[in-house]
Amino acid sequence: MAGKLDILARHPRSEDRLLAILHDLQEASPDNALTKDDLTLVADHLGLPLSRVHDAVTFYSMFSLRPRGRHVIRVCDSPHCHLEGAWSVLEELKRRLGIGEGETTGDGMFTLELSSCLGVCGVAPVMMVDDEMVGKLTPDKLQQVIDRYREGQ
Amino acid sequence: MRRLDVLVCSGTACVSSGSTEVKESLARALADSDLSSEVRILETGCMGPCELGPVMMVYPEGTFYVKVSPDDVQEIVQEHFLKGRPVRRLLWEGAAPALKEVPFFSRQHKLVLANCGFIDPERIEEYIARGGYEALARAVGELSPEEVISEVDASGLRGRGGAGFPTGKKWALMRKAQGSPRYIVCNADEGDPGAFMDRAVLEGDPHAIIEGMAIAAYAVGAERGYVYVRAEYPLAISRLEEAVGQARRMGLLGDNILESDFSFDIELRMGAGAFVCGEETALIASIEGQRGEPRPRPPFPTESGLWGCPTMINNVETVACIRHIVAAGASKFAAVGTETSKGTKVFALAGQIRNTGLVEVPMGISLRELVMEVGGGVPEGRKLKAVQIGGPSGGCLPEELLDVPVDYESLGEHGAIMGSGGVIVLDDTACMVNVARFFLEFTADESCGKCVPCRVGTTTMLDILNGIVSGRGTEADIPRLEELAETIKMGSLCGLGQTAPNPVLSTLRYFGDEYRAHIEDKACPAAVCPDLVYYTVLADLCRACDRCRQVCPTGAAQGTPGTSPYHIEDELCIRCGACVEACPFDAVAVRPGRKG
Repeated sequence: MAGKLDILARHPRSEDRLLAILHDLQEASPDNALTKDDLTLVADHLGLPLSRVHDAVTFYSMFSLRPRGRHVIRVCDSPHCHLEGAWSVLEELKRRLGIGEGETTGDGMFTLELSSCLGVCGVAPVMMVDDEMVGKLTPDKLQQVIDRYREGQ
Repeated sequence: MRRLDVLVCSGTACVSSGSTEVKESLARALADSDLSSEVRILETGCMGPCELGPVMMVYPEGTFYVKVSPDDVQEIVQEHFLKGRPVRRLLWEGAAPALKEVPFFSRQHKLVLANCGFIDPERIEEYIARGGYEALARAVGELSPEEVISEVDASGLRGRGGAGFPTGKKWALMRKAQGSPRYIVCNADEGDPGAFMDRAVLEGDPHAIIEGMAIAAYAVGAERGYVYVRAEYPLAISRLEEAVGQARRMGLLGDNILESDFSFDIELRMGAGAFVCGEETALIASIEGQRGEPRPRPPFPTESGLWGCPTMINNVETVACIRHIVAAGASKFAAVGTETSKGTKVFALAGQIRNTGLVEVPMGISLRELVMEVGGGVPEGRKLKAVQIGGPSGGCLPEELLDVPVDYESLGEHGAIMGSGGVIVLDDTACMVNVARFFLEFTADESCGKCVPCRVGTTTMLDILNGIVSGRGTEADIPRLEELAETIKMGSLCGLGQTAPNPVLSTLRYFGDEYRAHIEDKACPAAVCPDLVYYTVLADLCRACDRCRQVCPTGAAQGTPGTSPYHIEDELCIRCGACVEACPFDAVAVRPGRKG
């Protein structure tokens, strides 16, 4: 709670801060998601109706009201990545993690999502793990990345 | 004494290919060989040929290394840096021509990307050393705001975000608009699949954006600027934040810039994953902290934008042109390009093409030069079929139209658009109906839902296309697609809906027989759509090795090892392609149509 108030305190009480505050709160959350209480806090901080905040949160695909894993994997779903085999990468990832799209691994480590173009088409197929971009994906590389994140925790 | 500069590309693509590890092992190798004082390592923005990353350039001679791994570094240091013999196997295409002889570089005309790959984007000093902030100094010190606007107007610059609205005209409208506070916004919500030029500029030359915005603000009388960057670009965001801080510390942003009475500052705003926010009215709503939905225009943002105040929105690439126009004069900029499309345009080349990556060429270059010379053409053994240009709202132009000049009007005439500059080259293995379906799937998904024709229309068109590719097409489908396309174009508020039918319309126009083959013959001529192809074993190539039978998940591939040729039982075949991949003799063929 104190952490959340600190985050709010960093942002002026201006409505154009809404998305930035939501990003910060979500990033600080252990399960990469926003809660109803977060939305109320933000609404109070900015003097906005709760419905306005909820409206924004549900419009933007990067915000989640459902708890997610510690790391969010976003596989690029754009045409170029498709041409380069993103589909089989996604299938392989699902198999290795044992989850489907939008789901979270049992240990709460990873959530698997699709993303619109990540803009690094030269090294397709690509995915993003939190803020890290990983390109030229192959099954071996997938495993290395998964292992690295698992060991990092 | 320093004798060599090694520029290591640290754009997102090269970082993802391991350029950080390359740089670190290079630093260690240099230290081991006591070369740290003689060879300097610099991290730069994107150099362009992303697929070949990690890439690095060695100056002064300009040796260009590609696909460098940490294991190669020792050899580069020993052979090249100590003995003066460049490592040939790591050079572009394995040879050692000077870069100016490689068409990928020599046919380019770099203006927007002039600094990308040459300077360390995190050091303002390097930007200044290459003439940075001279244009701002000239604008603020020597020119009146009106003079700056007329300079931009005379340059013929048009908005690079896609629509191509004359930038000088927009600035003049903004200058005249009444009210305060006044805002300018740099639209860095680059969302078109396949387009990444804005990311390259933001990551590789962030000060060009700051300088361009400051000049714009001076010209139109704005005191505050926003850069709206999509959240998918964390590196761009951090480089820009760093650059804004540096500019503030040097008095290039803030109060009384360069000791004038002009004050201006920039703030960053991050998106949150909504393609439609690249549309200017949706972008304004998003900065205001609302759902990013477009609203009707007029009023245009220059009259009523952020919080109802005058707001001018320019795309990243447009902003990056400004300093060149103001520093060198409008006529130099206008000397490049065609009558109606001046200057250069950055394209992102992708698909079945040898040189993928970012290139900047003069406007008016033909598609053929762009794809065949700069892009190196399709890989050997393939045949070019179409060039998809302009992103998901763009069009597919067939091979016959390769001589069309790349400018706003010519592309529009032929059913494509400049868009943000995404170019996807398709070869004869691409099914054009499927390509159109793919792009429509994207726009249907990204439609914000506000306008019914866009929300329902794109989904209905997609349903029809899904029917066609799965063999349920009827004669009525093509006229229905055309009618829906018209309705969506007319009945949508923003560019997303107005252009969403383009991929379907242009493929209908140039590849109508592929649609008819899908509908009438129930055959996919490119043998892509699973429901409109069948698998067959070519008897003369089959060696009865049994591999296909082993991988077939449904028991459709049948035969006895070492005997007569195998066959595929059509009823059981699910068209998964496993047998095609497994066959070492290329004996399994996929044929258009249905068996029998």
